[in-house]
Amino acid sequence: MLHLILFLAFGAVCVAGAINLLVQRHPINSALSLVVVMGSLAAEYLLLGAEFVAAVQVIVYAGAIMVLFVFVIMLLNAGEEERTKGSRVAMIFGIPGMLVGSLLIAWVLLEHSRTQSVAIGALPGPPKTLGWLLFHDYLLPFEVTSVLVLIAIMGAVVLAAPPESARRSD
Amino acid sequence: MLSVETFVAISLIKTVIALFVLLTAVAYTVWLERKVVGHMQNRWGPTRVGPFGLLQPLADGVKFMFKEDLIPPHVYKPLYIAAPMLAVIFALTSIAVIPVGNSISIGGIQTSLQIADVNIGLLIVLGITSLGVYGVALAGWSSNSKYSLLGGLRASAQMVSYEIALGLSLVGVLILSGSFSLREIVDAQSGTYLGFIPRWNIFPQFIAFFIYLMAAYAETNRIPFDLPEAETELVAGYHTEYSAMKFAMFFMAEYANMITVACLASLLFLGGWHGPLFGPPLLQALLPLFWFALRIFAFLFVYIWVRGTLPRFRYDQLMGFGWKFLLPLAIANLVVTAFIVAVRS
Amino acid sequence: MVPISYYLILGGILFACGVTGFLIKRNIITIFMAIELMLNGVNLSFVAFAAQWKALSGQVFVFFVMVVAAAEAAVGLAIIIAVYRTRETLNVDRVNLLKL
Repeated sequence: MLHLILFLAFGAVCVAGAINLLVQRHPINSALSLVVVMGSLAAEYLLLGAEFVAAVQVIVYAGAIMVLFVFVIMLLNAGEEERTKGSRVAMIFGIPGMLVGSLLIAWVLLEHSRTQSVAIGALPGPPKTLGWLLFHDYLLPFEVTSVLVLIAIMGAVVLAAPPESARRSD
Repeated sequence: MLSVETFVAISLIKTVIALFVLLTAVAYTVWLERKVVGHMQNRWGPTRVGPFGLLQPLADGVKFMFKEDLIPPHVYKPLYIAAPMLAVIFALTSIAVIPVGNSISIGGIQTSLQIADVNIGLLIVLGITSLGVYGVALAGWSSNSKYSLLGGLRASAQMVSYEIALGLSLVGVLILSGSFSLREIVDAQSGTYLGFIPRWNIFPQFIAFFIYLMAAYAETNRIPFDLPEAETELVAGYHTEYSAMKFAMFFMAEYANMITVACLASLLFLGGWHGPLFGPPLLQALLPLFWFALRIFAFLFVYIWVRGTLPRFRYDQLMGFGWKFLLPLAIANLVVTAFIVAVRS
Repeated sequence: MVPISYYLILGGILFACGVTGFLIKRNIITIFMAIELMLNGVNLSFVAFAAQWKALSGQVFVFFVMVVAAAEAAVGLAIIIAVYRTRETLNVDRVNLLKL
């Protein structure tokens, strides 16, 4: 019972944040609603027992990636969105389409899926077991992602660097 | 096992006590800073309000409450009002996972001196520190003024950069203790080497301790890393446009962050609440709290001492120091610690 | 005891909101945020299935998805900054020709 109440409470916050992201015109409000979504998702992960994933979600997603987004919005001084013809067409066809699609998926999942129920905090194991898996069975993907992050850092530095003419003056 | 109602009631009581103690500590840290910096500069500091100026924080609080709370017309109101609230919320939340002593039993109920004894306590503190950047960034942006925006951008870039060195310096401690739970990290520091040197993590991890110290100064925007809020540089940085109670909230958040960082250093590097226990059982139950408070006081004194002594870094020096010196040093410390632990086991 | 399908539906709703945002929004940063929302919905499905089968590999994969999302966000925002420098606009409808 407690599990269902907590799930519904955090789920409602999640969905409200996601819809707020769509409704708001200014990107900073959308960014802050996305932070709320990520926070409530971390709570949902805690309900499932994935405590390390919840902590990493807060540290990496809400605390670093979204800070980067807020930073770029502040830097580029992004203003409110304008409504163009393309966006009106997309809204007329897109929103009902997505509503129908998601209702269909929800119905299929509720009626026909063979999934079970889980108790609160179902996932076993302290973070140690996760670390063991990461460094033994999944060592190759781990090393590949470190190379990926290195490439991303280099790419970001090169792409966002000021153009040559601005740097000549120092 | 406690029932849900008892658990919630006890947690509420612990939360109220912890918040009360933390807010009083914040107020008296301000007093301590003014006194210590004053004496270092060969002057008295506050002396008039109460004996030794001890009622000065009370006077300051009353002043802040009665000041005119001005909201300039050009600000983006929702975020302008929310930013100091966010800063204070995140600064005060990390007290929830900080243990201050062993379990005590009052009236037959056994409870630990920690509001939430989770086994990822250290990660939660790091997460809340990461979220603390939002208060600063949004304050700078919503004030809609040049100095605030520049101060906010600089402060948030600084905090994000030094978070990495902060986190990596703690991984060495994690390897030695084998757990994210703050209580277990403190328990791993009991006992002594050679019979009289306490087994504190500062001895094997002294490099990590100094990285942590420097990263903590940068995270809390204190001298020598306080360029974003220095008066001579950017008027007042991200809190230029704030007055009265909202400014007081930023101030409180900064000092609460200092105290959280000091608590974390005491738990992770200085042995937590371990210390000689003597006397009757009531004294023995209270002594760990005293030893913990002593460590926090020592750490805060070093904080204030550095503030009174060092000049501040220029912004490019600051960022270069964080990325090009502290980060490689933290990674090197991590590699050496991991190697030694692997070879020993 | 909550059935896993509830978690999957929540993940599906988040994914659908992400796709909707991707289609209807015109500011490029908001479109990017919709992509992050889609990735979060997928993460929730991973963890939900990991909880059902008590397999920790689901959580490990969430870890990788987060790392990839971080790398993608960094590079994407750098590209956005570069595009803003040349085009002076963040509206995708105005960045529809290769010619400036």
